[in-house]
Amino acid sequence: MLEVHEAVVRYGAITALHGISFEVNQGEIVTLLGANGAGKSTTLRMLSGLHAPQSGHIMFEGQDVTKTKAHLFTSLGIGHVPEGRRIFPQMTVEENLEIGAFRRRGSYSDDLERMYETFPILKERRKQIGGNLSGGEQQMLAIGRALMGQPRLLLLDEPSMGLAPMIVDTIFRIIGEIRDSGTTVLLVEQNAAQALRLADRGYVMENGKIVFGDTASNLLTDARVRAVYLGENVES
Amino acid sequence: MKRVFASAHVKRLFSALAALAILELMTGPPGSALAPTAGFTGSFGEPASFLGLFRTQRWVLFLFLALVMYGLWSAWLVWGQQVRTATAKAVSAPRAATRTRPVRWGMAVVVLAVALLLPHLITDPFWQAAMVEQIAVYVLLALGLNVVVGFAGLLDLGFVAFYAIGAYTTAWVTGALPTAAPFGIHFNNFYAIPIAIALAMGSGIILGAPTLRLRGDYLAIVTLGFGEIITIFANNLYGITGGSQGTNTIPHFSLHVGPIKYLWGLTPVPYYYLTIVFVILFIAGFKLLEHSRVGRAWTAIREDEVAAESVGINPLKYKVMAFAIGASTAGFAGVVTASQSNTIFPSSFTLQFSINILVLVIFGGMGSITGVVLGAIVIQTGSMYLLHTPPAGYQPQDLYIYLGALLVVMMIFRPAGLVPSRRRHREIGLAEKGEGHMNEVLTGDTP
Ligand SMILES: Nc1ncnc2c1ncn2[C@@H]1O[C@H](COP(=O)(O)OP(=O)(O)OP(=O)(O)O)[C@@H](O)[C@H]1O
Ligand SMILES: [Mg+2]
Repeated sequence: MLEVHEAVVRYGAITALHGISFEVNQGEIVTLLGANGAGKSTTLRMLSGLHAPQSGHIMFEGQDVTKTKAHLFTSLGIGHVPEGRRIFPQMTVEENLEIGAFRRRGSYSDDLERMYETFPILKERRKQIGGNLSGGEQQMLAIGRALMGQPRLLLLDEPSMGLAPMIVDTIFRIIGEIRDSGTTVLLVEQNAAQALRLADRGYVMENGKIVFGDTASNLLTDARVRAVYLGENVES
Repeated sequence: MKRVFASAHVKRLFSALAALAILELMTGPPGSALAPTAGFTGSFGEPASFLGLFRTQRWVLFLFLALVMYGLWSAWLVWGQQVRTATAKAVSAPRAATRTRPVRWGMAVVVLAVALLLPHLITDPFWQAAMVEQIAVYVLLALGLNVVVGFAGLLDLGFVAFYAIGAYTTAWVTGALPTAAPFGIHFNNFYAIPIAIALAMGSGIILGAPTLRLRGDYLAIVTLGFGEIITIFANNLYGITGGSQGTNTIPHFSLHVGPIKYLWGLTPVPYYYLTIVFVILFIAGFKLLEHSRVGRAWTAIREDEVAAESVGINPLKYKVMAFAIGASTAGFAGVVTASQSNTIFPSSFTLQFSINILVLVIFGGMGSITGVVLGAIVIQTGSMYLLHTPPAGYQPQDLYIYLGALLVVMMIFRPAGLVPSRRRHREIGLAEKGEGHMNEVLTGDTP
């Protein structure tokens, strides 16, 4: 579904991605693991057009999208839930969801109802403004907003960041449901243990390179992953 | 805790003293080469009177006013919260009542009726002229700039350029400039409207497309420069624009449709009605725009441009659109002014003019159509009043001191404007809730 070949991204003099290659197949949850500053967010921003790669290329569903502009990515079928959520703080919950469907033609009221079924708390808060929601609610809103664009591939950047364990469980359950309903997911997480339990495959990034990738179950038992990303609090 | 509180008091006292000292110097006598310190000593030493009640010297008055200001400021901080909640309640009750459609339409009809009757209620020729030239036209300009500044969140400091383009286009197509009118035909002023709108919009797009990629501050500087460039062109392209003397042969609006023949002459009232019609059309258009898909895109861009991009909004496209709509409104206002006054001079298209319009928008409430209309009416009426019946010692150029002071007071007590837009209101609300740090900046003594 998605193939990245030797993609290089620079911020001025800093090279954030040194030619990374990986792929995501239809129906999978793939997770990107890595320390702070490894380049995970940069990878996702590149995959939603916010930073075009200086070299290399990106294929999505057989189409070259390397040079496609950011605002066209939702129409391609790629949705991005950015790091830090970035919901529109002064818009109401409902307006936030509606703007997620900005590029769609025709009625989206069915989808709005589905979002409210998936996230009942958002229905309660529908007339409240986004900035007044709790962190967990904002994360749900950010995911809901991306889903309103009907993506076939959803990019999630640290959806569990700063949330209480119970909310994290809910978010992870919902990510599973999103995959089951047919949307492929590329998940960036610090919470490696939980991400690997949910994912089908994973890649490990270090300093702007992908150092290795494998099935999630293999990674869970991999000595390097266990040492660096899982610490001691995981028994398998 | 106690010490922090005390130091905040000292800070406020000094701010009040400093503010009044500056005001004192600004309103004081000028110095001269012979007596270089006269401006300073005169500012503080001259005799003065407080509202004609008691005679004293300027420095006493200054000290007194500074203490009053400090007192009011402190009182606002102490009781401000109660006052704010009380006023919010008092304001929101009638506001809630205005939410229903019939009430809103009823109010619109009443306002319209008053607007239509106004020339019959106010017959002073000064005010009749001011109602057209200084109020109705400025309402149009404020409505236009509001699309750029309020809806799309772009800072345009060269708004006057598009107004000038509209005015000069009118002169051009009606044959009032040294350069020949298009095709040698002297068009009726009504034909100037679409041409001026198209030219203003076109120059808005040409200027906007490359510069709107830039972030806020750069845009302000580029538009500032553009405003100056247009004025310089108007001044120096003597063979085309008539140079610094401008032109004074622009004809009035006239209508010849079948048996209907009407000439808008020298009296302001017919122009008043014509302008009111245009104002209503623009208000209706901008209201629709605000609630359209385009309006939602502007809101999203204003709040978070990157997030807007990732939900599929092309920021550049919508910014250029806002810029062009604002520009064409200014161009249109230029047509009205040029036709009504028959004359244009480059010296009337100044940076001060752009800033004046910006003040109307900020004062009225950025992003609120009702607000900017009201803001334009209030401020322009006020400045016309000062011109008509000036208080002792008032010079026309002092106006900007008063406007500046008014804005400072506004920023403290009503930062979202006279009639805040729903969204700006929330923005301030968020800041007060602690999402921003506005509150700390304002009070200086939050824990
Ligand atoms: N806008 C930018 N300008 C310059 N350098 C940047 C920019 N954004 C990121 N970088 C740099 O690029 C590298 C990768 O950053 P990135 O945000 O992709 O890391 P990350 O893996 O998402 O980290 P984290 O887990 O902390 O979110 C870092 O060295 C960072 O400092
Ligand atoms: Mg990151």
